[in-house]
Amino acid sequence: MSATGTTAARAAGPAPGFLRRALRAGPYAWIVWGGVAFFLVNLAALILSVVVNSFAVNWFDSWLPSAFTANWYAEAWREFNLADVLLVTLIVALVVVALSLLLGVPAAYALARRDFAGKRAVLLLLMLPVLLPPITYGIPLATLMYKIGLAGSLAGVIAVNLVPAMPFVVLVMTPFIEQIDANIESAARMCGAGTRQVFTRVLVPLLIPGILAAAVLVLVRTVAMFELTFLVAGPDSQTLIVALYSAAFTPGIRAAQAIDAMAVIYTLLSAVLLVIALSFVNPTQIVAQVKEVSPE
Amino acid sequence: MAEPRTASTPSTPAAAPARPAERAPEPAPAGAPASGAARPPLRHRLAERGIDRMLLLLLPAVATLIALFLYPMLYGVGLSLQPRSGGIFANYVAFFTDPYQSGTVWKTMRLALPAALFNVLASVPIAYRLRGRFRGKRLLTAILVLPVTLGTVLVADGILRYFGPRGWFNRVLLELGLIDEPLRLIYNYWGVLFSLIITGFPFAFLLVLSYMSGIDPTLERAAATLGAGPWQRIRRITLPLLAPGLATTFILSFVLAFSVFPSANLVGEPADETRVMAIAAYQAAFEKYDYTMASTIAVLMGAFELVVIALVLLWRGRMYTGHTGGKGA
Repeated sequence: MSATGTTAARAAGPAPGFLRRALRAGPYAWIVWGGVAFFLVNLAALILSVVVNSFAVNWFDSWLPSAFTANWYAEAWREFNLADVLLVTLIVALVVVALSLLLGVPAAYALARRDFAGKRAVLLLLMLPVLLPPITYGIPLATLMYKIGLAGSLAGVIAVNLVPAMPFVVLVMTPFIEQIDANIESAARMCGAGTRQVFTRVLVPLLIPGILAAAVLVLVRTVAMFELTFLVAGPDSQTLIVALYSAAFTPGIRAAQAIDAMAVIYTLLSAVLLVIALSFVNPTQIVAQVKEVSPE
Repeated sequence: MAEPRTASTPSTPAAAPARPAERAPEPAPAGAPASGAARPPLRHRLAERGIDRMLLLLLPAVATLIALFLYPMLYGVGLSLQPRSGGIFANYVAFFTDPYQSGTVWKTMRLALPAALFNVLASVPIAYRLRGRFRGKRLLTAILVLPVTLGTVLVADGILRYFGPRGWFNRVLLELGLIDEPLRLIYNYWGVLFSLIITGFPFAFLLVLSYMSGIDPTLERAAATLGAGPWQRIRRITLPLLAPGLATTFILSFVLAFSVFPSANLVGEPADETRVMAIAAYQAAFEKYDYTMASTIAVLMGAFELVVIALVLLWRGRMYTGHTGGKGA
C-alpha cells in the first residue's frame, strides 16, 4: 500500500512532503487536511474579494464586477494623504524599534545574568503590558497624555507604542542571552577587555540574530498596533492602520473601493515585512524562545 | 576605600559588571572590625543578594515602564475611585447596576472564550500532523501564519465583502442549494467571531506548533515499542506533555481576543450584540468625556481578564511542567 503510494508520488515528480503525507494517511488525516483546506480557501477568497473590489468600477449583485479600473489606488493615495501616513508609520515603527532595543537589550542582559531580590517583581512589571489588553492601560495613558499635551504628537504615539514593544524585546532577548556562555565574557575580561569592549566586540556580535529577530517582530507588531495608536494619535500623527480604520468606520464619505485599495496597500506593506521577518527568523523557533519566559 | 568608587559609578554604568562579584568573597577591609565587627560594607551585603551595579542596566527599562505603564495604571485606578458624583465606589456600583454596562462583560466573554478555545483546539490536530521534518513544511507554515499580517481592518473589510448577503460565500451556498436565502453573517456576533478566528488562529497555531516540535519524538517511539497504538500514544504521551503549552497558548489567545475592539465596531453590532468592554470604555472616554467611568471600565476589563488567566494558571499548575525532552525544552 504505502509502497505504491510513494512510487506514485515519485512518478508525479517532486511533490511537497505534506501532500505526499496527506495522500497515504488515513481518514482522520483527511478530515484535518480538509479543515485546513477549507480555512485556506475561505481566507484566500476573503482576501481576493477585497482585492477584486479595490479594482472594481462598480460591484453589486453579481459574481464579478462589470469593469475594472486602477483609479481607486490613485484616489486613495491622494484622498488619504498616504504619502504622509506612510512616512509617519515608518518613523514611528523605526523609532519604536530603536528605542525598545536600546532600553530592552541591556535590561534583558541584567535579567539573564543576575538573580536578585525583587527579580520577580521586575518580571511581573515586564509581563503585565504584554498580558493586559491595550485598552486597559491605553485609556488612562491617553488621558494623561491629553493632560500634559503629548497626545496628538508623534512623540506621544511613539511613547505609547513603547509600552508593549519594550517588554516584548526583553522577553525575547532574555533566553537568547542566557544561551550565551558567561565564560566567554570572563575570558574576554581576562584578556583585558573593558566592559565596553565586552559589549561591542563579544556580546553584540553573538546577539545579532536575536536582536534582528526582536527588531523585526517589534516592527511588525508596531505597524499592526491599532488600539494604542488610535487612542493618542492626532490627524498628523496617525499610522496607516489608524487611517484605515477611520476611513472604514465612516463609510459613505469615501468610496468603498478606495478604502479597499488602502487596505490592500496596508496588506502589501505587512506582507513585505513578514517576508523579511521570515528570512531572518524561523517562526517556530522564535516562539520557542518566548515560551521559556511565558507566564508560570 | 570603597566609597569613592561607588560614588563615581552611576555616571559610568558601563564599567560596572563583574567586579563586585569578584570582590564579594573577600573578607571585610582591615579597618572595618574596629567600627562594627559583624557589619560588612553595605555594598557587599547587597551583592550577596545579587544586587550590584549590573542592575543599573535594568534602570532605564524599568523607569520607562513605571512612567508609561505603572503610573498611568495607578492613575487610572485612582481616577476610577473619584467619580463625578457619589462615594468612592459609585462608578463601580453604577457599572454593575446598569445592565447596558454590566452586560458588556458577558458579551466580551461570549466572544473571547469560544474564539480562544477554538483557535487552540483547532491548532492541535494540524500541528500534530505537521510535527517532524518534511519538505514543504516551511511553506505550509508560512501560509498558515500569513493572516497575522492581514490586520484587523483588512479582515473586517474582507468579512463584509465575502460573508455579506451578496458575497461569494452566500452565493456558493445558494448555488449549491444548501440554503434558500443568504445567511446573516455580518453586523452581528458571527462576523466578529470569524474575524477573531482569522486573526487569532495563525498566532495560536504558531505557538502550538512550537510546543509540539519541542516534544521529543523518541518518547512516542518508545511508547510504540511498548505496544501503544496511535490513539494511546496521543492520549497518554503527546497530550499530557502538550497540556501546559496549550494552557499558555490559550491565555495568549484569550488576551488577543479579549481586547477585541476594531472588529466589534466594524463587522459587529456595536450598539447591542457585540458591545464589548473595550467599546464601552472607549465610548465613556471619548464620546461622553467621562474619564473616571472610562478608567473604571478599563480597570474592570483588566481585572476580569486576569481572573480568567489566574483560573487557567491554577489548572495548569496541576499538570506536568517539567521539560519535554526535545530541542525546544
